[in-house]
Amino acid sequence: MRPALTVFRKEFLENLRDRRTVLSALVLGPLGAPLLFAVMMNVTLERNREHDERPLEIALAGRGTAPNLIAFLEGEGVRISAIPGGADGAANAIRNHHARLALVIPAEYGQRVESGEPARVLLYADSSDTSAGADRARAEGLVAAYGARIASWRLAARGISPAIVQPIAIDEIDVSTPAARATALFGMLSYFIVFATLMGGLYVAIDATAGERERGSLEPLLTLPVARTSLVYGKILAACAYMALSLLLTITTFAVSLSFVHLDRFGMQLNLGVRTAAEIYAVMLPFVLLGAALLTLVASFTRSYREAQSWLGGLVLVPTMPILFASIYQLAPRIGLMWVPSLSQHLLIQSLLRGDPVGPAAIALSAGATLAFGILLAGLAARLYSRERILG
Amino acid sequence: MIVLDSLVKRFGDVAAVRGISLEVPDGRVTGLLGPNGAGKSTTLRLVYGVQRPDAGRALVDGIDVAVDRQGALARLGVLPHNAGLYPHLTARENIRYYGALHGLSGAALERRIDALAELLELKPLLGRRTKGFSQGERVKVALARALVHEPRNLVLDEPTSGLDVLATRNVRELVRNLRDAGHCILFTSHVMQEVAALCDDIAILAHGRIVAHGTTADLAATVPGGSLEDAFVAALSAGESS
Repeated sequence: MRPALTVFRKEFLENLRDRRTVLSALVLGPLGAPLLFAVMMNVTLERNREHDERPLEIALAGRGTAPNLIAFLEGEGVRISAIPGGADGAANAIRNHHARLALVIPAEYGQRVESGEPARVLLYADSSDTSAGADRARAEGLVAAYGARIASWRLAARGISPAIVQPIAIDEIDVSTPAARATALFGMLSYFIVFATLMGGLYVAIDATAGERERGSLEPLLTLPVARTSLVYGKILAACAYMALSLLLTITTFAVSLSFVHLDRFGMQLNLGVRTAAEIYAVMLPFVLLGAALLTLVASFTRSYREAQSWLGGLVLVPTMPILFASIYQLAPRIGLMWVPSLSQHLLIQSLLRGDPVGPAAIALSAGATLAFGILLAGLAARLYSRERILG
Repeated sequence: MIVLDSLVKRFGDVAAVRGISLEVPDGRVTGLLGPNGAGKSTTLRLVYGVQRPDAGRALVDGIDVAVDRQGALARLGVLPHNAGLYPHLTARENIRYYGALHGLSGAALERRIDALAELLELKPLLGRRTKGFSQGERVKVALARALVHEPRNLVLDEPTSGLDVLATRNVRELVRNLRDAGHCILFTSHVMQEVAALCDDIAILAHGRIVAHGTTADLAATVPGGSLEDAFVAALSAGESS
């Protein structure tokens, strides 16, 4: 065990002096990802809010007049502006981005309303402009509401209760809690955490394997009276240390930066206090060993630093795959999934962020299975180093 | 003392070492001389246990490398061909790392590093990171690293390749001093002058076999005119026809 510790100390010190390792493990990943994430969140949230509070703007065109409809819309806070040119003018205004929505009132509108026939209005919008979708839905809703009001007046004038044409009334009740609404939004958080953790060990693993071989320092190292397994375990341990540091910094910066995002204004709440942060750290720790062993094992196969870089660059995406699947298929945490490394960590982190109870069985299974995979891969890496061909 | 006993090493269909037997006694410098690809490096790798022989044994002070690798390596100092250093570590840290892996520590290890620095004239380099060291400086640090545990036996693979005249002289002088102190030294070179200048015994290698072996004077006497170069060429061409 002592030689492994000697190797660990040396690899740790050497990488601490390597600007590339320090930058990617302790600066870019842990600071960059959470800050980027927080800024993105803030911008998205602010934009959504502006959207909801901004008055709806509708350009009005056509030869007909609809004073009551316009009055109704204005009463609902809609800003009406007139544009010339009828239907063509409306279409051009949308295409040239002078307006997002245009309402065209045909010449016969007034007469048809008066005679009680269906009166057509035309709503112009651009469906490829995704940001206009919400506006369009609001405009349609308002025009439909005006139509419903006319309908109920007509029924009332004939002595019929308007309720008769409303056999079913839908009331939507949202049962999500503020914390749960936030996790839907923060589903990507564990993805970032897993990714930053792996990045923390990337250059350490490359340097300790392919880098060592490329520098010609592997052969003299193998002439020392030390078991090769000790050398490998020391190297994996060094990668673990950087990954654990990277993880700690990442969670910390997430917790700090997200405290500046005004979630409460949007009816959301995030459980990322000191206690949850510590729990997330503990849940992630077994994954650190697995990641370090995986990176070291694969880097040991490569012939050069560059080759290792391209292999490991792709490899760090592999453990994030189950998380993507979980997000797409909306997998709920259950015990049967807890043996899958990275997926189980993702699900546990989601539960912790939501403030849901996390059972000890789930935690034990996640940690146990992940550690078992990690030990297996570390053993494989050690076997690889015991082969002659390791010198390449 | 290092003993090679009928060593054989194959890589697939290619036999790199085809039955090499050689005794490398204490207090003498033994040179393995041969053209590129003769099997010099492979032979040394079998001695320092990085590769395993398909047949035969390599013994260091009577310990079979294949049986007790760590016991044998503890008595062996190795300078592989083009041995690399850790560029982000200082010369002292590079040497200390190997000392620690040999089980040395504390003040004894630091004293040993200082003594080696004195011997190899690398005192002013000790505190500097080895990134940017010249080839000569690097070889010195690698040599100090190989000697840190005071091994009785030394294996040096092309130790002077890439060195300038002055650095080559220094390395030769060091090797002679170690020999005079009773060490057993096995080294390889493809440069005949190198071997002639330094070795007490010479084994000429061609196609994985020893084609001639003896003291420098013995070998020179085998050809008319008594030049070592002629003896080398004669031995190689004899090896070619065999």
